[in-house]
Amino acid sequence: MSDRDVEVSRDEALALVAQGVENPPPGRRTNLLRRSLRLGRTKVGLVLVGFVVLLAVFGPVVAPHASDEFVGRPFSPPGGGLVFGTDYLGQDVLSRFLDGGLTILILALVSTAIGLVLGLAIGLVAAYSRNWLDDVLMRAMDVIMAFPQIMIALVAVSLIGTKNWVRVIAIALTTAPRVARVARGAAQPVIERDFIGATEAMGLSRVRIIGGELFPNILGPMMVEASLRLTYSIAVIAALAFLGLSNDPNGPNWGTMIQQNQGSLATQPWGALLPILAIALLTMGTGLIGDGIARTAAGIDRERGDE
Amino acid sequence: MKWLRGGGIVGFIIRRILLGLLVMFLVSIIVFASTQALGDPARAILGRDATPDRLAALQKELNLDQNVVGQYFQWLSGLLHGNLGTSLASQQPVSNALGPRLVSSIVLVILAAVISIPLSIAIGSYAALHREKGFDTVVSNVMLALASLPEFVVALLLVILFSTSVFHWLPAISPVPPGHRAWEYPDELILPVLTLAFAVTPYVSRIMRASMIEVLESDYVEMARLKGLSERTVLYRHALPNAIGPVFQVAAISLAYLAGGIVVIEYVFNYPGIGSELVDAVVNHDIPVVQALAILIAGLYVLLNLLADVATILVTPRLRTRL
Repeated sequence: MSDRDVEVSRDEALALVAQGVENPPPGRRTNLLRRSLRLGRTKVGLVLVGFVVLLAVFGPVVAPHASDEFVGRPFSPPGGGLVFGTDYLGQDVLSRFLDGGLTILILALVSTAIGLVLGLAIGLVAAYSRNWLDDVLMRAMDVIMAFPQIMIALVAVSLIGTKNWVRVIAIALTTAPRVARVARGAAQPVIERDFIGATEAMGLSRVRIIGGELFPNILGPMMVEASLRLTYSIAVIAALAFLGLSNDPNGPNWGTMIQQNQGSLATQPWGALLPILAIALLTMGTGLIGDGIARTAAGIDRERGDE
Repeated sequence: MKWLRGGGIVGFIIRRILLGLLVMFLVSIIVFASTQALGDPARAILGRDATPDRLAALQKELNLDQNVVGQYFQWLSGLLHGNLGTSLASQQPVSNALGPRLVSSIVLVILAAVISIPLSIAIGSYAALHREKGFDTVVSNVMLALASLPEFVVALLLVILFSTSVFHWLPAISPVPPGHRAWEYPDELILPVLTLAFAVTPYVSRIMRASMIEVLESDYVEMARLKGLSERTVLYRHALPNAIGPVFQVAAISLAYLAGGIVVIEYVFNYPGIGSELVDAVVNHDIPVVQALAILIAGLYVLLNLLADVATILVTPRLRTRL
């Protein structure tokens, strides 16, 4: 019988939740991805990313030579069975190109994923706390954001070393504050809504409210932010390798390849040109996908406003 | 937190300056601590097979024989007096090499700003006035592509286009010789400045477009039109001044972003600024130089953000009342 009180308040709460859904349940939100696919730019972006990912994943399998095998004189032009000629050491450009994408892709994905999770957690906790914790967390984020991302990565690499995890952590830690800011901004209006108060009345735990109620309602902006952050992570990872700061100074890596062969752009351009184009297509692809999702989300908001 | 409010514009500026100083203080602690946390810098610099004598000498040189707080304040007071330490690579005071390089970098950033900000305002306004038409669509797609590309990729595509492969108009690298000023070699400045401008224009023009659209749909612009003012007067006297506020904010943030962008771009063009110096210092494990440049670049970043906030308040009348 003592359950009764709880049940009543639970019913009330559920009624409130039902009233309070100007906002659709999470199920309709995941439609966002599918709906954004109707836009031409999202399709183009997906094709570009898909192409580069396939190249990076299956490239190592089909590469005709080992990436560190000397197959000719340095800077030989295309010909003699070498489709794109040789690089500055006389290694096969095509093989190194096919081998060189996977590292960048994996490191960028992992660092972005860590940064997103961390940033989301910080941003949502800050927004939900609505007290001094919010101020402290966001000021701390400001301090990290006082440094350009590439600079923190450079300093970390110079002090700790060029190991993969150093670069991943440096990029994740610099991605998190930017994600946190967006997550907090998106979550604040949601928290003001009745249904969050209702879930509090139902006695849900903080973790459930933040993870189960708040998070699904900011999925839209977070997906846009995720693609944006992935674009930047790819850029920073590639740039570090381009600056000569990768795990393996002669490892096949698009950034490293560009650095090694930049000097011969006028005579044997392929060694630098292929990785430049691949990185350009990849980042343009992630950029287009992000923009497609952003436009779709804005469109959904407008429709809802008209209803 | 009452003291955080009030005081009008002056109060606001003072609060922002204090906040900026607080951020810089925290930044200096982080920079200092990050070099401390990683064990003995002297050992890191000299490597595993350092002799004890050399180790002790270097430890003394780096003030490592004092306690941590003492070391920090010694380093900080050095910074405040313009003494940035001694470069381990060149054995020269860090500030010696820094001056001319800082000037070279500032030349790049200012030129990029002078070109890209008016250009972005023009592009954004024009796109807003002719919304969803040909120009707007083309520009938004080009800007989206530009915004997605890493700066060094943009730089190299420009090099391929204008100096090595398609046209042969401009030098592929910009190694201003020591003792000369960057502006003595205008042809070498074109590609780096263009790259930086390309990095900033997408953001600023997008904000300008959004801001202009909002203003054009506002009541007072409609009122001005209904009064029978010419479209030109409506645009230049009523719309533009009100639309330009947010642009200051974004422009300054973009400039601050350039403080990071120059690192890679200067390296691409072999341009002797603080960005390429930072890369050299990182490669050489020249920790005093890395520390000094980190503080310097963060300081520029904080300063530009502060100027942005103040400028935004000054040009946006309706924000002033909220102070």
